[in-house]
Amino acid sequence: MSRRVDIALTVNGEPVTESIEPRMLLSDFLRDRLALTGTHVGCEHGVCGACTVEIDGVSARACITFAVQADGSDIRTVEGLGTIAGMDRVQQAFRKHHALQCGYCTPGFLMTVRDLLRNHPLKTDDDIRDGLSGNICRCTGYEHIVRAVRELADERDGVRGDD
Amino acid sequence: MKPAAFEYVRAASLAEALAALDHDDAKVIAGGQSLVPMMNFRLAQPARLVDINAIPDLNRIEDAGTHVVIGALVRHAQAMCSDLLAARFPVVAEAMAHVAHLAIRNRGSIGGSLAHADPSAEWPLVVALLDGEIVVAGPDGERTAAAEDFFVAPLVTDLAEDEIVVAVRLPVPPAGCGMAFDEMSRRAGDFAIVSAGALVRVEDGVFAQVRLALGGVGDGPVRARAFEDALVGKPATPQAIAGCLDFAVEDLEPESDLHASAEYRLHLVGVLSGRVLERALARASGSAS
Ligand SMILES: Cc1cc2nc3c(=O)[nH]c(=O)nc-3n(C[C@H](O)[C@H](O)[C@H](O)COP(=O)(O)OP(=O)(O)OC[C@H]3O[C@@H](n4cnc5c(N)ncnc54)[C@H](O)[C@@H]3O)c2cc1C
Ligand code: FES
Ligand code: FES
Repeated sequence: MSRRVDIALTVNGEPVTESIEPRMLLSDFLRDRLALTGTHVGCEHGVCGACTVEIDGVSARACITFAVQADGSDIRTVEGLGTIAGMDRVQQAFRKHHALQCGYCTPGFLMTVRDLLRNHPLKTDDDIRDGLSGNICRCTGYEHIVRAVRELADERDGVRGDD
Repeated sequence: MKPAAFEYVRAASLAEALAALDHDDAKVIAGGQSLVPMMNFRLAQPARLVDINAIPDLNRIEDAGTHVVIGALVRHAQAMCSDLLAARFPVVAEAMAHVAHLAIRNRGSIGGSLAHADPSAEWPLVVALLDGEIVVAGPDGERTAAAEDFFVAPLVTDLAEDEIVVAVRLPVPPAGCGMAFDEMSRRAGDFAIVSAGALVRVEDGVFAQVRLALGGVGDGPVRARAFEDALVGKPATPQAIAGCLDFAVEDLEPESDLHASAEYRLHLVGVLSGRVLERALARASGSAS
């Protein structure tokens, strides 16, 4: 076993300090050390998007980032969005549009959508589909996820939706 | 799917990173977007990782007049929205849109892409197309390498184990050049089966300068020199491009693999080359419409 290292970071606004092996993936750190099991693990090689979190305000794959590299950074996971009683705006739109079924992919989609809404024009549904292409959903067929994001993008841009 | 144990060194300066690489089995980690998947599969098991992310100044894009210098830690997402790159080399943003997905583009770096040297990757092709130079630092100082010398074989470069890519220098082409990039992949964000980039300049209605770079058909990015030579001096028309396309596949010997047969790759070279050249021509100043 390699020498442990101490890391100090912020997770969902809370300061965290832990001693870890350098080989610990950020996804395992969040799930196994901090019991934040909302960040899901699918493929563990960057392809499926289930583990997407925010590092310093931009989306990143937790499964291909070492926790030691997150030393000093600000992490947000799905637990840092809303609560069941007080969902955040992206969660509300997913609920309204039935943008999830089993929910396995949902935490990763929520983090990706937050990043898309911050930085991307999302003029057409094709833009939305392209932006979501790094997240795999085996249940919904994507259509309802696209509708949820359409509503959020229109709301952001002050465009009136048709419902 | 868990990496083997390793020792972690976070370098605060280039000198510290080079010193830490003086070791039997050390590897640089930048964005980690190629290396960590390989470590998760245990295809790579370095004993020491040297993290270069904290080295100052490697994440800048600088205007040096005759050329632009892109630091090794510039992320794909950062390059994609750089105004300076958009003004000088609009083909960069066009190519970056095809690299992986949002979250991966936020972390993956140009230096990592070049050092990883996937023959289908976008950055190596763009650097070859733009006649870029790769700046490498080692124990004996800095050297530069042209793309054609840097990429040796798939996933193999001429980097020594104790060297670090620090920057890429892209010479600014003459005003009025048109550029374009396109690729074919199975799904958005996958590595390309074949990719193509073109740069053209038109003078007095004829092609004065032509560059065509291809990915996914060789050991690294390939410049189609025979095609370039054939098209220079011809009328600046789509018909002239089509008439020379046979030269684009000359000397190419792509492999057949899981993703595509060699025949299909050669077919794509013709289709994509025609497409990017026509688009580059339409964007070049001095060309009709
Ligand atoms: C799902 C998925 C899809 C992808 N699709 C694409 C795609 O379509 N096109 C594409 O181009 N890429 C793709 N990538 C790879 C991505 O672009 C990587 O970011 C890139 O290949 C490597 O950059 P990095 O900074 O992450 O390097 P790392 O993963 O940190 O390192 C990669 C290699 O380069 C070495 N290295 C890194 N930086 C330096 C340096 N400065 N000097 C010397 N050696 C260095 C490392 O030692 C390692 O061997 C994909 C990745 C994933 C996970
Ligand atoms: S688990 Fe990280 S991308 Fe699939
Ligand atoms: S809702 Fe089941 S995988 Fe997306």
